[in-house]
Amino acid sequence: MSYSGGRILLSSQRESQVSRFRPWIMVAAPLAAILFQVYVPLFFPFLAFLEAPLLVVVYFALMRHSQIGGLLAGALVGLAQDSLSKNPLGMFGIVKTLVGYFASSIGLRLDVDNVMMRMLLTFFFYVFHQFFYWVMARALLAKTLGFDPQRTLVMAALNALVGVALYHFLDKLRETA
Amino acid sequence: MESFLNRYRNITVLLLVIFAQLILLAVQVKNDKDMRMIRVWTVTAITPVARVIEAVRGGGAGLLRNYVTLRNTDAENRRLSDELNRDKLEIIFLKNELATADRAKALLVFQSHTPSKTLAATVCGIGTGSNSKVVFVDRGSVSGVQRGMAVVTPDGIVGKVKFAYPTSSEVLLVTDPDFAAGVVSQKNQVRGTLKGQGTPMCLVDYVPFEEKVELGEWFYTSGDDRIFPRGHPVGVVKSVRNGPQYKEIVVEPSAMQRGVPEDVLIIVEGVHMEIPDTPPANQPVYVAAPPPAPASTPAAAPPSQTAGPATEADKLRLEYKAVGEAQKKVFGVGLPGSAPPDFTKLGQAPAPNPAGPVAPAAGASTAGNAAPKPPAGPVAPAAGAAASPNPKPPAGAGPKQPPPPDALRRANQAAGASTGPIPAGQAGSPPPK
Repeated sequence: MSYSGGRILLSSQRESQVSRFRPWIMVAAPLAAILFQVYVPLFFPFLAFLEAPLLVVVYFALMRHSQIGGLLAGALVGLAQDSLSKNPLGMFGIVKTLVGYFASSIGLRLDVDNVMMRMLLTFFFYVFHQFFYWVMARALLAKTLGFDPQRTLVMAALNALVGVALYHFLDKLRETA
Repeated sequence: MESFLNRYRNITVLLLVIFAQLILLAVQVKNDKDMRMIRVWTVTAITPVARVIEAVRGGGAGLLRNYVTLRNTDAENRRLSDELNRDKLEIIFLKNELATADRAKALLVFQSHTPSKTLAATVCGIGTGSNSKVVFVDRGSVSGVQRGMAVVTPDGIVGKVKFAYPTSSEVLLVTDPDFAAGVVSQKNQVRGTLKGQGTPMCLVDYVPFEEKVELGEWFYTSGDDRIFPRGHPVGVVKSVRNGPQYKEIVVEPSAMQRGVPEDVLIIVEGVHMEIPDTPPANQPVYVAAPPPAPASTPAAAPPSQTAGPATEADKLRLEYKAVGEAQKKVFGVGLPGSAPPDFTKLGQAPAPNPAGPVAPAAGASTAGNAAPKPPAGPVAPAAGAAASPNPKPPAGAGPKQPPPPDALRRANQAAGASTGPIPAGQAGSPPPK
């Protein structure tokens, strides 16, 4: 059994284990996630629901346990995503910055190796991401985007499921201490 | 101070990063200026990889079909013959090749016919964002593409170039909520503004209530927007209703009916065209040759009196009629309370003769107990018709030998008369004379 056993809450920050990744993985995984979102729905439109960059940001923020690292990763991935969209730069950047920061903050206190916890966190951050983006689009760009709570919850559940599988794969790329 | 900064270092960095992005956002929105450099970096980093993947996919598809799929079907080949599998694979391959060739040919034909100068491009990526409808094409400013150029296919308009990067361009699709183009209807020359809605359908706005727009009518580009040259098909009207201020006309974009097209044309130098009088024909429609002229003219042999039973219901009706007539019952004449025909002898009844009412003796002598057969001859007038295995056509019917029912039916259909099935409500009525 792992260091955290069956517990979900960690008693101290020392108990949490920081995961380390090779630098090329830190670059390649977000790039692959953005590429996935740009390229794959062209041939498989049903995969457009997958917010792969968000999943990658959440994973690295949770596992690295560094708030500054998490928010910078979120900002970079978000800005890259903005660059490939028609929107002004910063929309995805701000949202993902917040997601990265909060995810790394939570990663300090929760056992992020727990599958259920990962699923719940991914679900929560997807809803947060979509809702905050919607709020920002209305508030900052005066855009009347639609926000369908039911659809968002379903998408969040699907992303959480895929996220757990993706995290399992990314776990294999962790450097062992 | 130092301890304060150390203590709140994380939140300070967060606020700084958020603030910096807000400033970036504000500068773009306020000055309507894009941070082109950042976009160029990202697109230049992403699209080459996407192009490489696309090239690998395109090249690997043949390998996959010819090798991997063949290996996967090896187990199946034990049960099926090798030849059959090879043929199947070849058919799939050829169909794909044919589809690709068709698309390329259609683009080429369109390119050679349209007066505008165009540039062929392939869609190689799709834009991020759940509500955005943008794609990337593999032609950029190096190829002469500029921001604002129109993107079309032979089927209709696809979108316009939103950003032109060196090696690729971002195209705002016609279905994007930010898209707008000037359009004019084909029939009544009603002008409006086409707007994307984020759904497969588009809206034509700013059309006053008094303007007449019909369902199924085509909209074309008007050229007023200075982006799309006049005369390119846009789409067909699917619904028209009155909105709060203007008519709400929903149009299905003709170029996007099968999703985002793979190959598009970027109009480098647009030339306005006339709006055609007829809707655009996307595919040639095969029209068969007219049926050959029948041997007997409808005037010589009235269709309603010469055709045999065309349906099972007709045959059944004739069968019952023959049984009734064999028992000297005339349908529609019997008084209330009179004995009904004995239909228990249905299976032993003489073969129904489509030639008309048959005398009992004649019917018994000619058909006997033979099972009812579908009539082969034309229906003769009731009076004076002799029951015979080969009934003769009525006097003046024209042909010596009765033509087959199919030929007669075709002839009658050509004459515009219904002869086969009995219309509802006339099932019990005698045939028209």
